[in-house]
Amino acid sequence: MHGFANPARFLRIARWLMPLCMGAGIAIATAALGWGLFFAPAERLQGETVRIVYLHVPSAWLGMAGWMGIAAASFTELVWRHPLAGIAARACAVPGAVFTAVCLVTGSLWGRPAWGTWWVWDGRLTSMLVLLFLYFGWMALSQASEAADGGQNKAPAIFGLVGAVNIPIIHYSVIWWQSQHQAPSITMGKSAMAGAFLHPLLFAMLGFTLLFAGVVLARMRAILAHQQAEARLRRKALSEGY
Amino acid sequence: MAGGTGIKAKHQRLVLLVIALVVLVAAALLAAWALRNQASYFYVPSEIVANPPEQGRGVRLGGMVQRGSLRTEADGVTIAFVVSDGKARVPVVFKGIVPSLFVEGSGVVAEGHMGADGTFVADNLLAKHDENYVPREMQNMTRDQARQVMQDTK
Repeated sequence: MHGFANPARFLRIARWLMPLCMGAGIAIATAALGWGLFFAPAERLQGETVRIVYLHVPSAWLGMAGWMGIAAASFTELVWRHPLAGIAARACAVPGAVFTAVCLVTGSLWGRPAWGTWWVWDGRLTSMLVLLFLYFGWMALSQASEAADGGQNKAPAIFGLVGAVNIPIIHYSVIWWQSQHQAPSITMGKSAMAGAFLHPLLFAMLGFTLLFAGVVLARMRAILAHQQAEARLRRKALSEGY
Repeated sequence: MAGGTGIKAKHQRLVLLVIALVVLVAAALLAAWALRNQASYFYVPSEIVANPPEQGRGVRLGGMVQRGSLRTEADGVTIAFVVSDGKARVPVVFKGIVPSLFVEGSGVVAEGHMGADGTFVADNLLAKHDENYVPREMQNMTRDQARQVMQDTK
């Protein structure tokens, strides 16, 4: 297990994997948005507003995937004391929060023409807003723990695992409870969405996911470089007798 | 550090954490189950019919706008329609501007209260679209025809 935990080995892989994910992600996401915004058909009832789906659904997926990443990294950190796990969790937080915010904003812009309201407090919208607040709380806690003892305490990891409870709640909110938001269109192996919408949507999800992976890898490299620089400064200060 | 104790400690942490997670998920599921009635955003017609809310209390009613039920009253601004969930039906009146997705055979969430005669008086209407996305080219087909075309082209 610790073979993969080696930061030097991670950096060797990340050096080429990061630009690959980033480049492919930007190319595919741009192509998918172009396809969705200009070439995909209008919807029978919703008309042109349906095009928001190509940004809204990938954002919702990555907002939730970001927290699943935090939870998986937290689990690895607590059980195996993996030196990269805490760094991976910190790297997931900001992009996850950004995509959650994009999901909420695009959803609100879509709700006005489709439903007739910017916002309702139904199960889906409320649990997604809770996810955004969980991200804010997690980032504050992780920064405080970093400032207090260099990130050695386990509070962010425990928060990361406990907060994961919200993810199935978001997913099942439209199934368990009557809600303004419709049930999922894409479920295991079948789609209530015609192929003309589904194909650019899946393409957009692939592109944004690669972009997300690229950002997480870039942030992990940056955090590692920051930690190395700090350690070097500390050694230098010690050797110069301050 | 002896390899044996290291693996043992790791194993212990894994078991403890898995137990903690199982308890946490069970607690969350219990809470969600307890909330199943309270966390719903609206009542469906069969709930309203079985357990009518007291007159004047603000509630939301959600369901499908029954086909053929939508009509405009003589004053030209009041509309009346029937909301159905397949099991029960509730008549609704509303005065105002409806969202553009509000059509017969589609979903609606009405905010308002029960009137004296068992009619639901809506103050606000929200359209609720379903999970089906159908291109405009198929708009003249019925729902079943469109579903058939979608299945054939998949």
